[in-house]
Amino acid sequence: MLENKKALLFALLILQNANFLVAICLVLFGLYALLFKKNLIKMAIGIAIIASGINLFLISAGYRKGGVAPIFTEATIKASEAETRMVLPTPQALTLTNIVISLAVTALMLSLAIRIYQQTGTLDATKLGRLDEL
Amino acid sequence: MSLLQHSVALLIAFPLAFAFLTAITEKLSAKVKNIVVPVGMLSVVCTAFLTSVDVFANGTKVYTMGAELPSITMPAKLAIPIRIVFIVDAFSAFMLLLSSIVATAAFLYSASFIREAQAKYYSLLFLMLAGMFGLACTADLFNLFVFLEVLSISSAALIAFFVDFKASEASYKYLIVSSLASLMVLLAVGILYAQYDMLNIAALAKVLRFSFVDIIALALLVSALAMKAGSVPMHFWVPDAYSRAPAAITATLVVASQSCLYALFRVSFSLFGAFPLIHIIAYAIILLGILSMFIGVTMALPQKDIKRLMAYHAISQTGYMLLGVGIGLLVGNTANIYALKAMEGGIFHIINHALYKGLLFLTAGAIIYSTGKRNLDELSGLARRMPATTIFFITGAAAIAGLPPTNGFASKLLIYESSYIFNPLFSIIAMIVSILTLVSFVKVFCSAFLGPELKALSNVKEVPKPMLFAMGMLSFFIIIFGLFPDIVLNTIVEPAAMALLNQKAYIGALG
Repeated sequence: MLENKKALLFALLILQNANFLVAICLVLFGLYALLFKKNLIKMAIGIAIIASGINLFLISAGYRKGGVAPIFTEATIKASEAETRMVLPTPQALTLTNIVISLAVTALMLSLAIRIYQQTGTLDATKLGRLDEL
Repeated sequence: MSLLQHSVALLIAFPLAFAFLTAITEKLSAKVKNIVVPVGMLSVVCTAFLTSVDVFANGTKVYTMGAELPSITMPAKLAIPIRIVFIVDAFSAFMLLLSSIVATAAFLYSASFIREAQAKYYSLLFLMLAGMFGLACTADLFNLFVFLEVLSISSAALIAFFVDFKASEASYKYLIVSSLASLMVLLAVGILYAQYDMLNIAALAKVLRFSFVDIIALALLVSALAMKAGSVPMHFWVPDAYSRAPAAITATLVVASQSCLYALFRVSFSLFGAFPLIHIIAYAIILLGILSMFIGVTMALPQKDIKRLMAYHAISQTGYMLLGVGIGLLVGNTANIYALKAMEGGIFHIINHALYKGLLFLTAGAIIYSTGKRNLDELSGLARRMPATTIFFITGAAAIAGLPPTNGFASKLLIYESSYIFNPLFSIIAMIVSILTLVSFVKVFCSAFLGPELKALSNVKEVPKPMLFAMGMLSFFIIIFGLFPDIVLNTIVEPAAMALLNQKAYIGALG
């Protein structure tokens, strides 16, 4: 009985923090792609995956149950509900900014990859340059 | 002077505005561009210069976006500053001064160095300046991330400016490292925000509890920013990026790396300064410094490519700054005179390094511009053909090796003296590295400038006047800083060191 309860609590803990666990997994997957993949496009995908993991982390950290946007008219409408709280939308703003920035980074990386492919005919990082240099 | 009041906002607004204006002029006539770029450069540099002079004269400037006073950002019921605050203290002003000097030289140099796609080039250079100025001034952690990204995206585009696959590859490498570093910074910012609901560095420093998660955030911030500053275990992007970028951009990239170094120092002093275990971070920074010094210089010795050689020296010189400021962080109070001296040495070395490294990269660019060659084996006897460049090269080489009449001597002596007190080994390593630096630059001087004239180089000419003027300007500062180190130390370096050490003043600036 006691062990059952422990297992249940553990499952609950995992479920409650599922967002954060997934975010950490995404960051780790992205790092894996950066470290072990030789293809330049896959490396760009790795950076994009890390960015999504961090976006998920920010959004999850900013979530408040029953929160409303800090607009006074909306707050008065819902004032009857006991759980209404006004929440600063800063994490959402951070996430939006990060989405835009990571879009720019990914676009730049892919365009560089295209240029490298046009000039060398390969996307394999191990075959590119630097062999003649220290 | 109402305009001076808003100079901090203009510091960001001018480079951004001119970046996009310049981009538009590409579609218009060349005449418009020839007016917009110099006007933009002049206004950007003047704003930075005036702001820093104002800060050195009148103390820390606090500027709140969209409010008159920073106290307005904290309404009575809300304990969280909700607006973006810029705090420009002496250390920020120091960075502004240094980046505006090097940026002026870079703009002048580019005037004759860059022939194609000028509008794109200058527009990206303005964006880089916006990133550097923003990093130096902001007191908001998220803003720090945004400016880091502005800086790294524009630098990456500029590294790949010359269309060859090596430049593209260097730029790709730089972009991977810097975007990974900025994402880690963002993760740390997210961790801190999730706990304290605020992003302002000064306000955060007041309430930080140094929980386990905070320490993770600190570790992420320190490692990511050290990676972007090009210290040793993560230095591999430096030689590629520095050697493949256009010369004027390389000089600016040196300052960009130092802006990241600035962010590292800002985080470890102003944000986590009261952390009881900060000495661990200090030892880590000192260790990184020593490794960077030694590995940088030993990797530089066998290099044949002139810019690649200088890039490895840039890594090695970053080590000196890390060593000096790390010792300051280790002791952490102004009671110990040697801690302050070490800090001063490290910070003085930041501006000196930007000046002489910038100069050396510009001379390397001049050699490549005139001869079209970058391999030391193919260069010889340039002193006869390019006398002015030779003199500038000697100035820069003497400064990086720490020879007396130059600024490198002043800052290196401070670092030797003060680090000797803490551990004689530190200063012995620093001196050995300095000697190896001299060896390596004597090699460059002998093989490129002395020796018999080669037939292939018989019609080499001196570079155009704007490039000479840019190099002359940096040499002038190097000699002046070397001849009167006291004045520089007292007016700009000591206030900067005190601003870093005095965490309470930074917190108090918010009111």
